[in-house]
Amino acid sequence: MTAGLRPQVVTSRFGMPESWTLRAYLQSDGYKGLRKALTMSPEEVHKATLDSSILGRGGAGFDAGRKWGMLRKAEPVYLVVNGDESEPATFKDHALIEADPHQLIEGALICAYAIHAARVFIYIRGEMALGLERVQAALNEAYEYGAVGADIFGSGFSVDIVVHPGAGAYICGDETALLESLEGKRGFPRIKPPNYPAAIGVYGAPTVVNNVETLSNLAFIMRNGSEAFHALGEGASRGTKVMALSGHVRRPGNYELVFADTTFRDLIFDPALGGGLRDDRELKFFIPGGASAPWFGPEHLDVPLANEKIAEAGSMAGSGAVTVMDVTACPVRSAWRLSRFFHRESCGQCTPCREGSGWVDKVMRRLEDGNGRESDLDLLMDICDNISPGVHWPPAQTTICPLGPSIPSSVAWGIRMFRDDFLEHVRLGHCPFPPDRLRTSLAHA
Amino acid sequence: MPHLTEDNLERARSLVALYPDKRSALIPILHLVQEQDGYVSPEGIHDAAELLGLTPAEVRGTASFYDMFHLEPVGKYVVAVCTNIACMLAGAYELLEHIEESLGTHPGGTTDDGAFTLEDAECLALCGNAPCVTVNWRYFGDMTPERWDSLAEDLRAGRLEGEVPPHGTLCRVRRSVGLVASGGAGAPASPVTAIDVTTSRTTPAAQSTVLPEGGGGS
Repeated sequence: MTAGLRPQVVTSRFGMPESWTLRAYLQSDGYKGLRKALTMSPEEVHKATLDSSILGRGGAGFDAGRKWGMLRKAEPVYLVVNGDESEPATFKDHALIEADPHQLIEGALICAYAIHAARVFIYIRGEMALGLERVQAALNEAYEYGAVGADIFGSGFSVDIVVHPGAGAYICGDETALLESLEGKRGFPRIKPPNYPAAIGVYGAPTVVNNVETLSNLAFIMRNGSEAFHALGEGASRGTKVMALSGHVRRPGNYELVFADTTFRDLIFDPALGGGLRDDRELKFFIPGGASAPWFGPEHLDVPLANEKIAEAGSMAGSGAVTVMDVTACPVRSAWRLSRFFHRESCGQCTPCREGSGWVDKVMRRLEDGNGRESDLDLLMDICDNISPGVHWPPAQTTICPLGPSIPSSVAWGIRMFRDDFLEHVRLGHCPFPPDRLRTSLAHA
Repeated sequence: MPHLTEDNLERARSLVALYPDKRSALIPILHLVQEQDGYVSPEGIHDAAELLGLTPAEVRGTASFYDMFHLEPVGKYVVAVCTNIACMLAGAYELLEHIEESLGTHPGGTTDDGAFTLEDAECLALCGNAPCVTVNWRYFGDMTPERWDSLAEDLRAGRLEGEVPPHGTLCRVRRSVGLVASGGAGAPASPVTAIDVTTSRTTPAAQSTVLPEGGGGS
């Protein structure tokens, strides 16, 4: 397919002048989805969302309409928007927040109406200063316009939205950690059961936590109907997905693609998409769905971009982050860097994660530096097995949240796919890939 | 005698009013403290505790969990260099080494003149413009050693003060109304600060979104 035929559900305003303003939004169907929703009953809006089959776009891929239907019958109910995007190489919510904040606000209002939310909290990653400013400015405009607040558009429906900044912690992307953070505490994930947000969420009340991209789809679904949305994609994966492409490709960036229409090969090599690898180098491997996802090799290029297809092939679509490595990329260094990330971001509650991430970080670093030994490979697999018994995918859970069991993905798949590269570091006593060693900076890390 | 200025105390009270449980205002108030003092000062922690009915230890316990809160004074510009996977593949460690040499300090350190604090950061979500750095949380993508040199010179010369506010200043747009849905007063939470949040030098996140030719739309 050609790029010009790609339907745009959530990125249609990208590139418009001042796309983040109410004026630009109203010139391009802005708030028509909300107006439509308000002519329906909340139950009808919920049903339309169910019929669209939209899956959550945050990483777990849970059916959004079903999530809303699981709310414990109690009042008040809250909606919390998860805008804490921090998964390595994921940058699609960041773009949606900055470029089209009204679309996010409209989606949040549609959801709030359907679930009878008493208040909406938009939790935005603290580092996204411009995003916070754009959303707050858009919210001020939306209040003025009558789209949020009391008696919205004269419908009798009222709800307030509060923009809430995070303060720098990957773990707060986990929905229960995010709720702790919203309550003014350290971002410690909560134990599930019983703390499923639909039952016991923020302030102990039933709560829906939805991702930015998920909610950004709702205005389209309301305007065009659930059938128009469901017609895109196939199987369980409906609508579009914003794929965040990074690494050794000519054209890194966000690409909105219809689910299941394209493959990893299209995304990476199509001249209108990734444009192939820089300097026409050969592909060595790629990470299909963020730091927690098992790696893929060139043999997986024809896997379609659909949640269940990627799962069948042994990894996950996750947040839609695809990172591409050519033959100059060192798999040891890549796996070490992701281990270091988990070590730094572990909240420290659970032993397998807190201790395991540190051990993996240290052993991987010594291998990359050329100070490792052959037995380190078995040692690493043993640590991984202690973090997540069996080291398979999907991983066995030994911890409160999925961060711990995500640690083995890069390390174990790195060893399984590139054992010779690991051993070469030991034989040579240094990294064989350019640049030949990590520099002075890390001595202080 | 509170340490926060009268205006900031008023802003803090407006924040408290937005939540069913006042402790939820803690992180926003800590950002306010950092905006006023340039870091999360002990006096600011004390005021936050007073406002929320917490102990200073509880406030510090929350603050110390989050990377953005500096509990010790930092330089005028906090420079975060992303070294996570996408930026690493684009030469982030080489860039970091160059910045270390140019500033004469290492991650976690502050330059002798107090102008810069350097950090090596986890993924900052600008991977389409790797490698990226932020300065006081304003993004600069497609960074090279040469671009860094010119950026540092502009920062030192004060040429980017509109685009890069002082460390701690996060959201310069204030909420224009309080809570109104319950039919409450709906009085303005605080005066709206009208600012132009667009900047010319910083890198918007959507820049690397590749649009289909011929548009489309719904």
